[in-house]
Amino acid sequence: MAANEVTEAHWVARITAIAKDEDKSAFAEVFRHFAPRVKAFLIKSGADESLAEECMQDVMATLWQKAHMYDAARASVATWIFTIARNRKIDLIRKNARPEPEDLPWGPEEQPDQADVLALQQDSARLTDAIRQLPEKQRRLIERAYFGDLTHSEIAAETGLPLGTIKSRIRLALERLRHSMS
Amino acid sequence: MTDVQHQIPDDLLMGYATGALPQAFDLVIATHVSMSDDVRSRLAGFEALGGAVLEDLEEAEIAPDSLEQTLARIGEDTDRTVTAQPKAGVFPGPLRALLGGDTDSVKWRSVGLGARQAVLHADKEGTARLLYIPAGQAMPEHSHGGMELTLVLQGGYSADDGHFVRGDLEVADNDTHHTPIADDDGEDCICLVATDARLKFQKLLPRIAQPFIGI
Ligand SMILES: [Zn+2]
Ligand SMILES: [Zn+2]
Repeated sequence: MAANEVTEAHWVARITAIAKDEDKSAFAEVFRHFAPRVKAFLIKSGADESLAEECMQDVMATLWQKAHMYDAARASVATWIFTIARNRKIDLIRKNARPEPEDLPWGPEEQPDQADVLALQQDSARLTDAIRQLPEKQRRLIERAYFGDLTHSEIAAETGLPLGTIKSRIRLALERLRHSMS
Repeated sequence: MTDVQHQIPDDLLMGYATGALPQAFDLVIATHVSMSDDVRSRLAGFEALGGAVLEDLEEAEIAPDSLEQTLARIGEDTDRTVTAQPKAGVFPGPLRALLGGDTDSVKWRSVGLGARQAVLHADKEGTARLLYIPAGQAMPEHSHGGMELTLVLQGGYSADDGHFVRGDLEVADNDTHHTPIADDDGEDCICLVATDARLKFQKLLPRIAQPFIGI
């Protein structure tokens, strides 16, 4: 767990270096870690090899351009990258951009509270550990919800399981995650 | 400050976080999230789950010159401007962005008895529209062919399953039959409604019901 927290603080520092100093070596480091995961995410979502590569480069370029908007008090670096990749994936499917919630009033001039940043880093590390400790069945179900682009009823149809079981299973997995986080 | 009472249920919010919902639903949920810090933090939880799953993914092989190609893309344009937030009005950000303004920029169409509507988005997966119901007026009783999300933007209304005011979201599905009535408190009710199938009205109140059906 401690190692995870160090890692998260490290990624936050790299994103800050990209935002403040346009640091290309920081970007290269972030790229080496996240680009293969973003590409895997897109492939699992149904993109073929070349589309996934193209789209992943797009996501990573967006990361560079939007680094100044990243708020370490509100999302881990992995979470922030997940939202960029998800939105890019939806834009590919649709002609229109995905409706996004209003931005909270926060700008580069306002530093996020360091206690908030630290608490979020600890929570994120615990969440990642909790995911890894889930029983295989529950973990796969959650992954499919995120990467398979399936609604709960679609998951039910694919696995032949009744929807109620799926829903309570997902709820169970979530409750378990919440428990291990509190 | 008390937060929104009637909040979106977990399964729909998770669907929004994963990107699995029709665009009409995305619009309603993005607007709902903008009106409640509580819902926003719940959404952040589901997105954090997405981040954790991403972190845990087995790495795909990337092109040998992937980084160089990406750096070349970055060289093309670097836009560091922070776009200014438009001033808050009746409509939250996602709606204002779509309409290019607040309530005065809606192109309403009369649907009878003082009620109005404006379709904002329609595709084969679902429709999003604004409804304007004069204070004290009832909508026709109806059941639902699919799912219906109703988000209150101004005023309020009562239905079988509760009283809904600004920020509240009501979810109705196949099993819900209801006759929403706008609050009779002098303030007209404006709602953002998403449906994933045509509403099936049971009692057709001719002059008002017909235009609602013909969406
Ligand atoms: Zn009221
Ligand atoms: Zn209804």
